[in-house]
Amino acid sequence: MIKSRRTRIGDYVIAFICLVIVLTCLLPMLHVLARSLSASEALIRNQVTLWPKGFNFTAYRLVLSDAKYTWSLLWTGILTVIYTAVAMVMTILCAYPLTYEKLKGRRFINAMILFTMYFNAGTIPMYLLLKDLGLLNRPAVLVIPNALSVFNVIIMRSFFYTIPTSLRESAEIDGAGPVTVLLRIYLPLSKPVLATLSLFYAVARWNGYSDALMFMNDRTYHPIQLLLYNILRSVTAIDVATLEGFRTPGLNETLQAATVMFATVPILLVYPWLQRYFIAGATLGAVRE
Amino acid sequence: MVLSSVKARRAVNYLRSYWTLYLMLLLPIAYFVIFRYIPMTYILIAFKKYSLFQSVWEMPWADNYGFEYFIRAFSSRDFLNAVRNTVMLNVLDLLIGFPAPIIFALLLNELPFRRFKRFTQSVTYMPHFLSWIIIAGLALQVFAPSTGLVNVVLRRLGFDPIPFLNHPTWWVFTYVFLGVWRNLGWNTIIYLAALTGVNPELYEAAEIDGANRWQKIRYVTLPGIQPTIVTLLILNLGQILSSDFDRPYALTNALVYDVSNVIATYVYTYGVRGLQFSLTTAIGLFQSVVCVIFLFTANALAKRYGERGIW
Repeated sequence: MIKSRRTRIGDYVIAFICLVIVLTCLLPMLHVLARSLSASEALIRNQVTLWPKGFNFTAYRLVLSDAKYTWSLLWTGILTVIYTAVAMVMTILCAYPLTYEKLKGRRFINAMILFTMYFNAGTIPMYLLLKDLGLLNRPAVLVIPNALSVFNVIIMRSFFYTIPTSLRESAEIDGAGPVTVLLRIYLPLSKPVLATLSLFYAVARWNGYSDALMFMNDRTYHPIQLLLYNILRSVTAIDVATLEGFRTPGLNETLQAATVMFATVPILLVYPWLQRYFIAGATLGAVRE
Repeated sequence: MVLSSVKARRAVNYLRSYWTLYLMLLLPIAYFVIFRYIPMTYILIAFKKYSLFQSVWEMPWADNYGFEYFIRAFSSRDFLNAVRNTVMLNVLDLLIGFPAPIIFALLLNELPFRRFKRFTQSVTYMPHFLSWIIIAGLALQVFAPSTGLVNVVLRRLGFDPIPFLNHPTWWVFTYVFLGVWRNLGWNTIIYLAALTGVNPELYEAAEIDGANRWQKIRYVTLPGIQPTIVTLLILNLGQILSSDFDRPYALTNALVYDVSNVIATYVYTYGVRGLQFSLTTAIGLFQSVVCVIFLFTANALAKRYGERGIW
């Protein structure tokens, strides 16, 4: 196909706009990375843009030698793994039976689940329920109340629907029950959606903090996001102190940058691995009833 | 007798092959009942005087036929301010954040350089996976008044620094901008998926008719993704009074409280922190009801104008 000259110019204009958008996404990350690796004096003099000045790992060493940080990282990691496992099991248990068209009560259960997507009781009723259940301030409060996302159930179910029922039927003729069919046929064929939803749940838990803020008073069990939040908040107060010459100037800013990187890196590490899956998963969410 | 025994045998057979499915559903259904439906009974607190030592049923009714707390909410300036801010920020998100990914998806669709396209997608999807606290951290480092990258550059170019995070008007701008920044790429996924469903013959036909790029976008591409746009628009309109907690809470500071105070943060401050349970439950109920009404209205409107709607 021969393209006219005008179209080709248009292509470069579009590519340029896309490049600008790409840079807007990348540059802030690079800037913070550079800050976290820079000497504090360079930061104070605003010399750091995209490349570290006075390259050093002091901030990272400080972060890693602080028991509060390392515990918070470890705890959030453990919490994320447990939460993802629980949520995935719950999602499979919810989505799989609903793919059986002959299942009696299926429509009712579907409606009951979908209704919660459009109407919820609100924060305070949830708070009071958790109080009555005795879950408030227990580590389990960071797992159980959000153990299932309706949206993810819909994605999972849409994916299960794409598996031909003939596979299931022929297994049933061989005497396989629903559990065997799930374990031997459905789950092995669903790796992309399992990966996608695990990513969604893990990221939600790793990034989430409002439930901890509201339902967990014990700071030991606060996820890393809240620790990061407190550091970002306190820095303004410390800034005043540095102005008056009390502490190493700029160190807090490097520290702040290093903490941001610490909370981000785990996500950036799993992101490329899972990327090829999650697009398919995110699209499935759009498939309607 | 014979008939009923046949029925009974069928029921036994049905249960014998399907009982495990019901067993599987047991946990999820228990979850929905306990954590989604039982909280709805607590909504009664909105109409009652909350007391720590009584069950919901035993508490006395609130004054004014139970509507005391709704009246109190709507006579509170702080709450009305929260409603205003919630609507304002959501409308701005809708006006700017909604069309942005559509435009970006159209650009990506027109981009002929395959590898660059994939690279652009990979990079722009990423911010969606960052928490609002991390984004607030990034914003602080990039937009801070004296030390932030943008203001350092502005000052070097001879301009005055801009108080992105500390001035109400600029804060609203930053809030909306960061929302677009986070979701621009991610929200294109759904449109790009819809675009793959557009029949390529339509493009060929348009080319034969001598259509240029804009005409092809206008008459082939856009109509192709219109159902997707409408569906998402309905869902977004339904969210006009809903409010996110993580985003304003992470980005706010004392200087911009007047525009960053939204319903979710209000409920947190007065309910979880201030223990005014009846008042904040009433507010939550008001919010949920308005959301449902908006969703139904938007859906009905879409159907009237010949679109499919969301149910």
